Amino acid sequence: MKEHYDVVVIGSGPGGLAAALAAKRAGADDVLIIERDQELGGILLQCIHNGFGVEIFGEDLPGPSYAQRFINEVHDLGIETLLDAMVLEITRERTIYATSAQTGFSKLQAKAIVLAMGCRERTRAQIRIPGMRPSGVYTAGTAQRWVNVEGYMPGKQIVILGSGDIGMIMARRLTFEGAKVERVLEVMPYLSGLSRNYVQCLLDFDIPLQLRHTVKRIIGRERVEAVEAVAVDEQWIPVPGTEAIIPCDTLLLSVGLIPENELSQQAGVRLDPVTGGPFVDEGYHTNIPGIFAAGNVVHVYDLVDWVTEAGFAAGESAARYAMCGAETARIPPIPTTAGENVRYVVPHLVNPERLSQAEVRLQMRVRQPLEQPVWIQVHDRETLVTRRAARYARPGEMVNVTLRERDYDKVRQSKELRVSIVPH
Amino acid sequence: MPETTDEMICITCPVGCTLQVTHNGETLLHVDGNTCSRGLGYVERELTDPRRMVATTVRVRGGLHPLVPVCTVEPFPKPRIFELLGALRHIEIEAPVKMNQVVLEDALGTGVDVVASRDMPGTGS
Ligand SMILES: Cc1cc2nc3c(=O)[nH]c(=O)nc-3n(C[C@H](O)[C@H](O)[C@H](O)COP(=O)(O)OP(=O)(O)OC[C@H]3O[C@@H](n4cnc5c(N)ncnc54)[C@H](O)[C@@H]3O)c2cc1C
Ligand code: SF4
Repeated sequence: MKEHYDVVVIGSGPGGLAAALAAKRAGADDVLIIERDQELGGILLQCIHNGFGVEIFGEDLPGPSYAQRFINEVHDLGIETLLDAMVLEITRERTIYATSAQTGFSKLQAKAIVLAMGCRERTRAQIRIPGMRPSGVYTAGTAQRWVNVEGYMPGKQIVILGSGDIGMIMARRLTFEGAKVERVLEVMPYLSGLSRNYVQCLLDFDIPLQLRHTVKRIIGRERVEAVEAVAVDEQWIPVPGTEAIIPCDTLLLSVGLIPENELSQQAGVRLDPVTGGPFVDEGYHTNIPGIFAAGNVVHVYDLVDWVTEAGFAAGESAARYAMCGAETARIPPIPTTAGENVRYVVPHLVNPERLSQAEVRLQMRVRQPLEQPVWIQVHDRETLVTRRAARYARPGEMVNVTLRERDYDKVRQSKELRVSIVPH
Repeated sequence: MPETTDEMICITCPVGCTLQVTHNGETLLHVDGNTCSRGLGYVERELTDPRRMVATTVRVRGGLHPLVPVCTVEPFPKPRIFELLGALRHIEIEAPVKMNQVVLEDALGTGVDVVASRDMPGTGS
């Protein structure tokens, strides 16, 4: 291992792997990936179901196969890796402090850093379920790792709180392994994951989904014995008289993911309070020069293909920064803003000049589901910059709209790029 | 059989179109709501011979992890999924394992192979 690198990537999920590959291909000589796990691949290694790669490869791959393709390429290109190593701190000046069982404590200097630490799961403490604290309450991702990688079951009779993708996928997985999944409870009036997962994970196996329901109380002293489910109204207030006791030995929580940004904050990276991830431009540059970010660390994706795409963009910009230093933009970057029915937009800034080299994909989430044809439109005040039609827009499914070369003139003259999603 | 219209969600790709399917038992009459032509193929198959990709794990001896993930190479008949899972539970393979290595050939005589989803190095390597 060296002390100086052109580009150091922190995290080896699909975002980090793509960033490292792109940086190397763009001409950065010394590229290092630091990963705290004992192998490369990130969370995909435990996502053994298929459904990955449809956009990028046009194939329907299991998570580990998707990761393996990129891991093989990382090795083929001679990108250095430091495994079983945890990054403890990064500074504004891009000094990295890491500790590992193999090499002990190390201090590295990078010309550019790509943050690709992914996200973590919300836990019981963050959603405040009252009741005892028996064993048998886990996050769905923890259970996924146990069942798919380590080989043991969290329990036999399961209730899942939250209709996120990981929860639904675990409902099927645990059913495959012989457990009985009693039901999935969702506090919102709509599904929070992909509709296809509702079909192939719940409907296929007659696992009931109850919308507008939550867990009121966990029952059991040593081990979970039951949960009390209850219907809620629009304000999430329990509706008296709807309580039901569901016997079970395990409660899995699939109640959302939060970008993992402790490290970023130490270096002074500014976070968007809505996404929980850094403010970035179209090259995934954060507010700190030379620090880039890609993947779930920026905002939570539902499709890995877009994580890879973001990783490529971040890696390429990081390599450019490492080799040429900061670019001075001739035209100031244009801010994107969330308009009607849009919760947030990533990237937060767009450099119009980028459009002469590449397309820029604006990614967003809607506030309210629209089960009818919609326009995904970008305005500068009253002027329409671009728009595209979609059949519907659902909060569980990330939406995007692409700025192209032909939009350059309009974008260049814009004061803002306001994105809204409205009925046709 | 009487003509009926059911709502179905296409699971071929992550878009997940909601389809209005008019059919007469297994005979497809009309589909509405599909963004692309694959939606039509999905409905035809779903009415006559529903299939799903099946992903699970099998035991591996001497590997970095005690299990290796495996997956069918193409969609497998839905009614026989649990039978397939039962067959895979009896399989144990040796590390090192290579991605796409066949773990169960021609599973239950359906012509569908089950393969490893990743490499699994041995503990020593
Ligand atoms: C539990 C869970 C299950 C998921 N299941 C699915 C699914 O089934 N289907 C799907 O499409 N998407 C799923 N997702 C979403 C999935 O995370 C993304 O599609 C994609 O894997 C994100 O890639 P990433 O590179 O941003 O992050 P990750 O794949 O999470 O990779 C981040 C990596 O950074 C490493 N890291 C973090 N901090 C440090 C540090 N300080 N030092 C060193 N290394 C560090 C981690 O160990 C990890 O390997 C899941 C997410 C989670 C959390
Ligand atoms: S109809 Fe086409 S676009 Fe819609 S879910 Fe099926 S495959 Fe995807």
